[in-house]
Amino acid sequence: MRWLLVKDLQILKRSPLLVGLLVVYPVVIALMIGFALSSPPGKPKVALYDAVPTGRGHVNIGNQQIDIAHYANQLFESITPIRVSSRAEAIAKVRDGKAQAALIIPADIISQINNLITQGTGNPTVELFLNSRDPLERQFAQQAITARANQVEQGISKQDLQKVLNGGTLNFAGQSVPLLGLKNSRAIVQGTIASLAPDSQLRPALKQVVDFADLAVTGLGFATPVLGSIGSPLTVKQIELAGKTTPTASYAATIAVIVSLMFVGMLLAAAMLALERSEHAYSRLVRGLIKPEGLLSEKVLLAAGAAAAVTLAMSAFVSLFVHLEWVRFPLWVAALVLGGLAFAALGVAIGGVARDVSVASLMAFVVSLPIAFIALVPGDAVSGTLKSILDAVAFVFPFKAALQAAANAFTGSAPGIGWPLVHLAVLTLVFGALARVAMRRFA
Amino acid sequence: MAVRGLTKRFGARLALDRITFELYPGEVVAVIGPNGAGKTTLLSILAGVLEPTEGEVTRADGKRFGWVPQEPGLYSKLSVAENLRLFARLERTADPDQTVNAMLNQTGLEDRADEEVGRLSGGNQQRVNIAIGLLCEPPALLLDEPSASLDPRQRERLWEFIGGLAARGTTILFSTHNVAEAERYAGRVLVLGDGELLFSGTPAEFEQAVQPRNQTAGDFETAFVRFLDEHGH
Repeated sequence: MRWLLVKDLQILKRSPLLVGLLVVYPVVIALMIGFALSSPPGKPKVALYDAVPTGRGHVNIGNQQIDIAHYANQLFESITPIRVSSRAEAIAKVRDGKAQAALIIPADIISQINNLITQGTGNPTVELFLNSRDPLERQFAQQAITARANQVEQGISKQDLQKVLNGGTLNFAGQSVPLLGLKNSRAIVQGTIASLAPDSQLRPALKQVVDFADLAVTGLGFATPVLGSIGSPLTVKQIELAGKTTPTASYAATIAVIVSLMFVGMLLAAAMLALERSEHAYSRLVRGLIKPEGLLSEKVLLAAGAAAAVTLAMSAFVSLFVHLEWVRFPLWVAALVLGGLAFAALGVAIGGVARDVSVASLMAFVVSLPIAFIALVPGDAVSGTLKSILDAVAFVFPFKAALQAAANAFTGSAPGIGWPLVHLAVLTLVFGALARVAMRRFA
Repeated sequence: MAVRGLTKRFGARLALDRITFELYPGEVVAVIGPNGAGKTTLLSILAGVLEPTEGEVTRADGKRFGWVPQEPGLYSKLSVAENLRLFARLERTADPDQTVNAMLNQTGLEDRADEEVGRLSGGNQQRVNIAIGLLCEPPALLLDEPSASLDPRQRERLWEFIGGLAARGTTILFSTHNVAEAERYAGRVLVLGDGELLFSGTPAEFEQAVQPRNQTAGDFETAFVRFLDEHGH
């Protein structure tokens, strides 16, 4: 087997265009897929339970009313709301994969906000349940909701400060309290000063009040944007419904790496096995020089080794820009080697039925793309029956298991790495056996 | 080498039917027959590429035969020497480099040793093909249609080379469509038809076997065609 490996490496060395395409093309495709997956897919579906009674969704600040529905409408520009009638139903929508997130607005949110504004106590909180099964969808939903929540916060803080400046009515301890406002106070005091006799002893004292009001109005005018941005009257309490999540960028990078692993492993294995047939060397080799199983093993090891080496280098490069955990490097190797073996075994199964290198390469390419896409279809994007079919198809090919293993290896995301590695090892044996059967046509 | 009751079935199709014959050192034997007669199947079984359904092949010294397939089984991206070295290593020859040099010398390919096989002419590729078949110094060399892709001059050189091997004691068994070539170079012919061994003997014996009943038979090829007609092939 050693000499066959040397021979194949010599052949690859003399085919720089082929090797270049084999490495560069999948990397380019993988990066394009990674970038595409990093872009938002549109409005996320969010289950919305608004427990605030109808007609009570207003917050009074000074003499102005803030309509919470106004901010809710802004939120709906970013999400597709699925209105539900209970908190449990909202959570169930996420668990069932019918919504990417659930937003729960408690019945007492208005009083919570009022307490904060008038008494400076409390911490108005809404609940956000996120579906962590798919990190990409999770992040899109999270971004859409938290961005709007920030707008609500800033809106409330600004209006609060405007009341202090311009006056209005505050609800205080259940009572409506008129608030004069700094500008009105300054005007009244200035009018009072004007009406006093020029030598009145009250003038210096009132002048000090006017000067203070001037300073306060000017100061608050400058402070408004700052206070608006740092004020946090609304807390979004995030709750994960499934296991640990993978950060989106890392997940996209993982997909790119596994797509490259698939292309290099499958194409190389399929082409190198078909080469033995198209060069008419197979019959010469298997007449006692090497067993067909040995020849298959050599092709699988060659392709898996090359695919793992290319993708390890790619992962190291990607880690310059995306967070991948180098402390888990041995697991990187395990995931990419076993993934490479499974893809290479699938490649030789394809190479076993092809008559020449070009047909084998084309078949490997044509087969690989659907395998990747089926494994990447979000579970909630299709109906239950179709989802079951897609899950079954994804199970019998290596992409999904390789993706899970690599995601765990790179970032420690759920599920663990043990089962995916076992799955990949079994797939390697199954596709290797299929390739052996297909090779009966060679002789 | 003795072949006894060799039978090969591909599903329901009977490719070889109880073939029996013997080969002796230094003998040159041609296997002739129409397309689909079973010539390549017979040589493939003798070479160890295919397993027979029934029957056995006995080798006097147990050594593997040399095998020269119809299509040169060579790696076109490797040089002549690299191809020879690869197969010498796989054949586990005692000294691969020395074996390669000896084979380059024997086949007259020293000047082409570093040339990629894919750039060689058909004749030179066939020389490399034969050289690989001879790497293990086999007692018998099996050649499947060895001259099929060669021009007349290349054919002449090929048969000169094979004649030299036979003279040194190597048994030669080759298949061919060219019955004139069989008549000219073979000491014995095996005539196959639909998987059956119809005749085994010298070319002269074959002509005599046909001619008494067909006085007008003028040459070996005509005798061959009439023989097949008479046997319903």
